[in-house]
Formats: sequence, structure tokens, C-alpha cells
Amino acid sequence: MANWIKIKNNIKVDLGKIPIISKNNLREEVKNIGKRPIGFFGKDWGFGCVRLFIILADDSNSEFYLSSVVFSENDKSYESLTQDIPAFHIFEREFYEQFGIEPLNHPWLKPVRINQDKYPFFEMTGEEVHQVAVGPIHAGVIEPGHFRFMCNGESVYHLEIMLGYQHRGIEEMMIKNPSNQLAESINGDSVIAYNTAYSQTMEALKGIEISNKAQLIRKAALEMERIAIHIGDMGAIAGDIAYLMGASVFGATRTLVINTMLEICGSRFGRGLVTVGGVNYDIPDDVLNRALETLSKVAKDVDRMTNTMLKNSTVMSRLEKTGTVSTEKAAEIGLVGMAARASGVELDSRFDYPDKWMSELGFERKPFKGVGDVNSRFKLRYKEIKESISIVKKIFAKLKDYKDELIITEGVNNKLSSDSFVISVVEGWRGEIVHIAMTDINRKISKYKIKDPSFNNWYGLGLAVRNNGISDFPLCNKSFNLSYSGNDL
Amino acid sequence: MFDTLKSRIYQGKQYIKDIENAPMREQFRGFPQLCANADTTCLEGVCPTGALNLNPLSIDMGKCTFCGACGRCSEAVKFTAGYKLASTCHEKLVVTPETTYEEYVKSAIETKGEIVKMFGHSLKLRQVSAAGCNGCEMELNACSNVNFDMGRFGIDFVASPRHADGIVITGPISENMAYALEDCYKSVPDPKIVILCGACAISGGVFQESTKLNREFLEKYPIDLYIPGCPVHPLTFINGVLGFIKGKNN
Ligand code: SF4
Ligand code: SF4
Repeated sequence: MANWIKIKNNIKVDLGKIPIISKNNLREEVKNIGKRPIGFFGKDWGFGCVRLFIILADDSNSEFYLSSVVFSENDKSYESLTQDIPAFHIFEREFYEQFGIEPLNHPWLKPVRINQDKYPFFEMTGEEVHQVAVGPIHAGVIEPGHFRFMCNGESVYHLEIMLGYQHRGIEEMMIKNPSNQLAESINGDSVIAYNTAYSQTMEALKGIEISNKAQLIRKAALEMERIAIHIGDMGAIAGDIAYLMGASVFGATRTLVINTMLEICGSRFGRGLVTVGGVNYDIPDDVLNRALETLSKVAKDVDRMTNTMLKNSTVMSRLEKTGTVSTEKAAEIGLVGMAARASGVELDSRFDYPDKWMSELGFERKPFKGVGDVNSRFKLRYKEIKESISIVKKIFAKLKDYKDELIITEGVNNKLSSDSFVISVVEGWRGEIVHIAMTDINRKISKYKIKDPSFNNWYGLGLAVRNNGISDFPLCNKSFNLSYSGNDL
Repeated sequence: MFDTLKSRIYQGKQYIKDIENAPMREQFRGFPQLCANADTTCLEGVCPTGALNLNPLSIDMGKCTFCGACGRCSEAVKFTAGYKLASTCHEKLVVTPETTYEEYVKSAIETKGEIVKMFGHSLKLRQVSAAGCNGCEMELNACSNVNFDMGRFGIDFVASPRHADGIVITGPISENMAYALEDCYKSVPDPKIVILCGACAISGGVFQESTKLNREFLEKYPIDLYIPGCPVHPLTFINGVLGFIKGKNN
């Protein structure tokens, strides 16, 4: 049997087909494949054993490499992969925290979510060296997390981010009592993306395919979520540099988008729309036409405000060359999604793992020349808003072809297939949201694993603020806008 | 400079003038109107939070995520666009077929005179997200945007608990946030109020069964206002708080 199998997005495989390799070969094997990690997690395998699953993403071929290692009861360590491939650092830390199996010679083996005891902060000494501690409760209305700045005078030498405050034990809850309502509450700013990923895993395991109409409605909603949050973020960035005009205008423009979402499904954030088997709400013609008008206005308003803002030299002086993450760094530490694209690393699962609509509706990847500063992250959002608006418009036009289709497919109550494994990747506005489900012989979920893009990207924020003034931190932070609940789950 | 001015003029006035009577889109899932005579057999097992009770029929808005699952499958539950959902009394959040929206709004908020005297014109709040999913947090942020403009009523979120008159809790209160939440509460000078915002904060919402919560805080300290929603709509929040500090009903 080969040492790896190749699997595809949203297509289940038999658990029995997943190869097991020896832990001593793990490093070499992973290095040989040479792809980035997208999943790396353990599962209790009975009799005190732990099975580690490793999933590498082959983005250019739309495939994943999957393999595993079994650790027997007394086997409590292995040689860390981070030494060769830094992108593994956070995955290995998580695996260690959850199963106590130590990646030897890991350069930065710190807690991921356990934060109540002592945390080994990086310390610096020297005459002008001082520490600034912020959080867990921050100044604004925002989720909790603790930031520790090691400063040299005004400039930040290093930022350490200690998270875990939001931990609700979602992955356990998904095993005991999974539901669409739980899936959409994991991360309330990415409701559609999370709920779609969850629904896709369940549909794959139930062996059902949803209607074209439902696929298109989900896809449109996903892009609307992106539009709304990106506009809100542009407003927040404007607010953080005290350009209040931008904060106000983008804020009001975002309202238009989320109120359109409310007209579609009764919730400003798209709650209740996506369900296993399809969607709960069809879009009536009058709502659809109003939505099209609104989107045109939104496009115009965003254009107008962005251009006004970018012409302003005081704005530019704050955005340019602030919080830079170089392309090399971004690729090395494994940034994903929007933050990666802004640094010039082209990763977008909509295009890397395309569904049939991408070619059918002619959506093409448009490259973005990002240099990884706040300005790039601001401009990338602007670009993506415009693209998403045009995608939604095309989808709305296409929807008319499927007027008579059902919104919920039959077979929703099918049992899950037994002993299976499935991965579902959805490009939320932050980046790839990865859901992985495994079932046991009794057709019950036996493992549910979720990876938010923030899991990869928090470290990127830490790098971004290095050698920046500490007063620029809020701006850098907003430009990433990472998720606490998605990281802490 | 001129471009900025032009944008300003183009935008005009965005704020909702009459916040107490602001129109709401009909699709919004707000106050649930229950009907006792409808068939409820299909409702068995649809509610993910235990908010829905079938015998006798009732919905606990403190648990309800307004997901709409019950309303989609039975005539027994109809969600209206009624957004004034806040109450000072936990028990009142339970809606039965006898409860009409109008009556609910009239009786849900009972305020003491001293609250009106003390906070009626100015209320500064410290928000604590205790494992909130960022849904309620985003809606609370929206309360201060140009559309809802809560600041004009003297209600603001402040950075320091020392400057606050009370706290607003979102999220089901994770074990890991329990200490920080209590610490923050203790740092707010007396007299102070506590507002629970969203299904999670009021009851644990979809996270009731989580083993990673620590909700002792809610037993230790008095709660002044419950604001249902998942997330709480800005109009629900602002009208709820206004009703509470003005002594008007909702
Ligand atoms: S809307 Fe509320 S009562 Fe109805 S199913 Fe959802 S959570 Fe339960
Ligand atoms: S009540 Fe709903 S929106 Fe609010 S924090 Fe809980 S899950 Fe999120």
C-alpha cells in the first residue's frame, strides 16, 4: 500500500483506505511530498493509542494527500516537523496540547488554548526594554485575547498572542450533538462559510447532492458575507486612523448588504439560510431584484469612498509600509486566505478547489500584487468586494434557469455512511475554513475537526507588528481582523 | 479635502430618526406568536436549544436562537418582526399562545425610579465578550454606527470598567473567561447594572451542553436586563436599554 492516498474536497473515503506510516519516516515523507499542511490532528484509537492524521494540500492539483501515524500507549514523542517546515508550528503545538505527544526540538512549543496557568512568555531584558500587556478584555467591543508586547522604546520587538479564552469545546459538541445551528454559531462573522462547510461534510457522508438552485444560493450568500465583512473592515481601518468619514460611509454601506441578507433569510448574518440538504429559503423575484439594485449602489458607494480615501496623503502615510509581512515569510509560516494573498501568496480555495460553477459562470482568478502591508490588505478587500459583487450578480441571473428546482433535496434523513472520512474546505472571507468529519461503524460521528484560517494567521499578525510603533498595533490588528472564537473553538 | 466633503454631502443623513418606531423588514424573525390549536407533532425534536416546549406550548426567548426551524415546519409558531424583546424579568421571556406582542412590550420592562434618576440621561457600558461568537459583538458595534447612532441617547460603550455604569455580557461564559469577567465586574464602581445580551449569555444558547463553561457569575450577581436574540438586533438592544433607563416600556 502506498504511503499516502489522494483525496478530493467534499468526497468521502473509507477510513480503512488511509495508510499508516511509521513515525520515524514521517519527517522524510512530509518533506518529500512538499505540500503545505491543512490538517494535522490526533484521535484516540483505543487501548491508549493515538492516531495522528496528516493532510497536505496540493493546491495546484485540487487534491489532498492523506496519511497517518499510530502512536502506541508508551510512545510519547516524535521528531518535530516544524524544524523543516515552519508552517507546522501551530499544528504540532495543538497536537501536543491535546494528546501529550511531544514534537521533539520544536522551537516554540507553547500552549494554544490552555491559558489559565502560567504561560511561558518570551522575555527580553535591557535598558529601554519594557512589556505592555493588553487583554483579555480589549478596549472596544471585541472578543477576548491577551497580547504581550515586548517593546524597545516605542517600537515593538516582538508580540506574543495568548489565546484560548473563547474555548467552548465545539469539536466535542459536534460529535455529541451536531446541528446547523451549532455550526453557524462557531464563528458568528462567518456564518455562511461555517455552515456550508458543515453541511457539505454531512451531505458527503449521507451521500446526497443538493440542487443547483441551493448550490447557487449558498454561493451567492457566501460572497455577500465576504462583501459585507470586507466593507465593514475597510470602515474599521478608516476608523483606526481617525479618518471618520471612511468609518461612517463604509459602516452605512455595509448595513445595506446585511439588510439584504436579512430580506433573504430573516437574519442580517445569514443565520438559518444554509441547512444540510440545501437552503431553507428561496429568493423571491422582488427580493432578488431589490438585491441587484442594492448591490449596484454598494459598488458605486464603495468605489467613491475608496478612491476619495486613497487620494488622501495622510491616509496613505498611515497605510503604506505599516505592518508588513513579506511574501517569503507569509509562505514560510503558512499564512492562508486574504492575509496570504495580500502578501503575494496566491491561495484561494474557491479557485484551488473549484466547484462546477467556477468554470460554468466564467469566474477567473485575478492576480493581486500585494506587498503585505496594511495598504495591501485594504486594497485587496476593495478588489474582492468588486469581484464578489459581480459574482453575486451572475449567480442571481443564473438562478432564473433553476426556478422549478427544490431548495432542499430528498435524503436529508439518510444515515451517515460508516467508517468514513471527509474533508470540506470553504473559502470564507478570511480564508479557508476546513471541516473534517470521521464516522465509526455505528454511522455516528467519531471525530470532528475544524480549522479556522485564523489558526494559521495569528502568528502572521505577530510578525507584522515587529519593528512597528506600538501605536500602529490596532491598525495592523484590524487589517488582519482575525477570529478569536474560530481559533479557540 | 473637497472629495471628502463631496462624499459627505452625497451620503446625507443616515440615522434612523425615530428609533422607538423604526420599521423592520417583515422577514426578520422577532417575537414568536404561538397558536395553541395548530398541529405540533412535527415539532418533536426540531429545537436545538430546548427553547421550545410542546406541552404546554411555549418558547423561552432566553434560549431561542430564532433559527426559525420550528416556524418553518409548523403553523404553531409564527415569527413576527417584533423586535422589542428585552425584559427585566427572566420568567417573562417565556412566551405562550396567550402572550401577544403588544402585551409583552407593555409589561416586559419594569424599572425602578432610582435607575431612571441615575442613568436616565447617560449610561456608560463596558462590554465583556465571554466566548461570544462575534455575532452579538458585531451587532453591539453596529449600535454605535451612523444608522443607529446610540450615542445620541447618552448610551455608550467605554474602554475602562472604571468609567462604566455597568457591563453588557455576550457569550455563554467560557471557563477561561470566568475570572476576567468577574474581575471586570468588580472594577465597575457602584451602583452598577448587568445586562445579558443574546441567547448565549442568558441561557448558554446552543452551547448549553458545553462542558467548557463556567456560569457561576450569573448566580452570584444580580442581573438587571435580559435582551434576547442570536445575535441581538441593534434595535432590540437600543430599545431595550432605553426602556430600562427611561422607565418607559421597551
Ligand atoms: S426558533 Fe427558537 S424555539 Fe424555534 S427551533 Fe429555533 S431555537 Fe427552537
Ligand atoms: S447569542 Fe448567538 S450571536 Fe450571540 S454570541 Fe451567542 S451564538 Fe453568537
